[in-house]
Amino acid sequence: MNYINKYTNISLLGAAGKMGSGIMALLAFEVGKLKIGAKREENFVINAIDVSPEALEGLLKYLKSQLLKSGEKNIVELREWYKDSAELVENEQVIEAYANDVMAMIKTSTRIETAYDSQLVFEAIKEDKGLKVKLFSQIKQNNPDTWFLSNTSSIPLGEIDKEAGLNGDIVGFHFYNPPVIQKLLEVIPVENINPDLIKFSEELAKSMRKIVVYSSDVAGFIGNGHFMRDALFALDQAQGMTNEIALADAIYRVDTVSRDLLLRPMGIYQLMDYVGVDVMCFILKSMQAAFSQEKLSHEILNQYIDLGVTGGQYSDGSQKDGFFQYEKGKIVSVYDIDANAYKAIADVKTANEAYFTPQPSEKLNWKTVIREREREGILSPFFNELKVLASPASKLAVAYGLKSKAIGQLLVEGGVAADTNAVNKVMETGFYHAYGPVNNFFE
Amino acid sequence: MKSPRRKIYMLAGYNTISMGTGRSEFNPKKGCRPLESYIKEAGQAVLERIGGADKVDEGVIGNFMAARFNNQANLPAFFPLIDDGLKFKPAISVEGACASGGLALISAIKSVLAETADVVLALGVEVQNTKKAVYGADILAAAGWNQSRKNGHAYFFPGVFSNRAGAYYEKYGKDRSRLAMSQWYVNAIENARLCYTAQEAENKKTKLLDMALEMPLNPKKFVDHLTVLDCSKVSDGASAIAVVSEEGLKRLGFKPEEAIEVIGFAQMTSNITQDPTDLTVLETTRNAVKKALEMAGINISQLGTIELHDCFSIAGIMAIEAIGLAEPGKGIDYVIDGKTKRDGEMPINTTGGLIGWGHPTGATGVHQAVTLWEQLTGKAGDAQIEICADRPYALSINMGGDDKTLVSIVYKKG
Repeated sequence: MNYINKYTNISLLGAAGKMGSGIMALLAFEVGKLKIGAKREENFVINAIDVSPEALEGLLKYLKSQLLKSGEKNIVELREWYKDSAELVENEQVIEAYANDVMAMIKTSTRIETAYDSQLVFEAIKEDKGLKVKLFSQIKQNNPDTWFLSNTSSIPLGEIDKEAGLNGDIVGFHFYNPPVIQKLLEVIPVENINPDLIKFSEELAKSMRKIVVYSSDVAGFIGNGHFMRDALFALDQAQGMTNEIALADAIYRVDTVSRDLLLRPMGIYQLMDYVGVDVMCFILKSMQAAFSQEKLSHEILNQYIDLGVTGGQYSDGSQKDGFFQYEKGKIVSVYDIDANAYKAIADVKTANEAYFTPQPSEKLNWKTVIREREREGILSPFFNELKVLASPASKLAVAYGLKSKAIGQLLVEGGVAADTNAVNKVMETGFYHAYGPVNNFFE
Repeated sequence: MKSPRRKIYMLAGYNTISMGTGRSEFNPKKGCRPLESYIKEAGQAVLERIGGADKVDEGVIGNFMAARFNNQANLPAFFPLIDDGLKFKPAISVEGACASGGLALISAIKSVLAETADVVLALGVEVQNTKKAVYGADILAAAGWNQSRKNGHAYFFPGVFSNRAGAYYEKYGKDRSRLAMSQWYVNAIENARLCYTAQEAENKKTKLLDMALEMPLNPKKFVDHLTVLDCSKVSDGASAIAVVSEEGLKRLGFKPEEAIEVIGFAQMTSNITQDPTDLTVLETTRNAVKKALEMAGINISQLGTIELHDCFSIAGIMAIEAIGLAEPGKGIDYVIDGKTKRDGEMPINTTGGLIGWGHPTGATGVHQAVTLWEQLTGKAGDAQIEICADRPYALSINMGGDDKTLVSIVYKKG
């Protein structure tokens, strides 16, 4: 561990949010490895900083549960760590001791000043460049040695670096939701990055067992660079159908095509609900500044925001109503913008049956595909059939597949991603796609 | 004792489903069926077959760790819950770790031999899915010496038998051993598929042998020398059977051919605080089987089937050597050559054993008796094997801890 002094005092801004909680848990695992596993003599503190004291209380409960879970999973190693504690005999005692020992290193705070003592500052607050700049410069003025690791998913870090006067002591450390489970980590170095910080980032990501994909410091990076454009395509498609059918039906069609025919884990509108329309608009706005030639906004998104139909998640992780309403994670109804009410998905499904007829001869879905190691052999025949199938749905699927590929290539040509491999890796790991967008299935 | 001084029969056995991973209806998030519901189901099923609680003189229940899995002790007082007619009748509970069920049978046999009872309702039960496996391991570790827990493996008993497996690999070769252990798993699943109460009854996986052979050992998350497929199941279940004298059989109105006769038995222990002298040998098992066969006055070639205690595949292989079916180190060949398969030379664990049928620890000993009763009386349904007239005997081995508390019983078609 070359940067041990950096770990002794860590702060996380926005610690109690959805992403913040997960990153807190990962940091807790890291200090646990150092203090208990490697038996380091230094004292370690992680400051969980958030504006909401109630949310911080909830965070502590979440962290305890995550530490217990992780202890249960790693019990073989934990017993080794605690082998000299004669009083800890049973697994249950060892796991409880581990959770308590790590929890003792976590302090909560609602004051930004707490971060002045930190060598490392992680950040997972909302996507507001002005706020990030303000907080970072304040901390930097009080502690010139601090390194910043930002979870921003869209704001160029170079701009933050310059405006906050960080002199290259900042790196993009973009986790995917939920951070404890998601393997992908997008690392975004600023141009003038402190070489020690990039080395440190590599070391930390490796210790966290993340799959790292480097992205250039261009708004939206790889993940959102692809997802946002993919979503805008889907929004355009639905809008284009509204001459003939209601928007609710159009949304149902495009969502179903993207899930059932492109074999994705969820439909594109469901994914928008998962992220939240309001969050999407934040991200699109910061991307728009970097891509003035492109139109990175959509009327439908603005309309839904005005109506307060935004999706996103409650603090307990459950899904808010958005394009769809959900019960136990399943879509039950779709928002009908004309009636300002939800209508049952079963009725919408029946009404749109013709659009999906004829169906592909082989029933394939995302779940079956991801179980296979060699996927090409089952994907090729499925997509080949889509190319000749007469249904409007299959035509859209092929067009969508090609568009998705074009977006991937655009990211490489624009220098956001080093190569198509990086794009595919992000979409396969971060978005759980069964195949990368840059492929030859739809040619 | 050369041979039992009184005839002892067993009949009217019943097994609940062995519940746990593998069963489609199993959902640990929704909680387990309560302990008493298993006791009730198994007990009532036997009472119904033998004509009610009036016919029963006493009850005995085998259980390992309800005190910790279910916060429940004083199990004898559950007999009147099975049937009000058992109120004010004698009932006891016995414990000897995973041999608790076997001890229940031995206790019932002794009551019959002592002429204090002619009909005993013997039951075994365990409900252990109340705890996650990592915490269940703490509880089950009590089958070993508590002073050895601290230095033992997180998964204590898998750790103990992993050490045995490691020693066996070293002495007799790892590849053949792994092949035999994988074949043991295949046999367990294939047999379990024929028995609807088995935990692995619904296992539809193909290429079982390849799967077992290819599963990597993962010492970081589990033990050094075993995979999860080498381990018995974490199970909830109960089994019950009536243990009766000749008079008892008449009282119930059954003919001897509807029952099995106990013609030999042995129950013994070895020192729980001591490590085995040879990790590759189940010494107590060997002695118990020898004694039971001697009492029965038969030799192993007369056995038609065996139910043995395969808490781990390696334990199954070592038991084959302990019984004397194969020389030390040759148990693996015995299995690889298919001799333990249901149509092999010596059908073993014909409904899947502890790995395929399941291992509700305190019930397992009774489950073995029920299975042998079904096989010897032609009631095993799809799992029925052919019992030849010249080999009408069966053997059971029920083991508590690491070869510490042993029960072995020899049965004969009634």
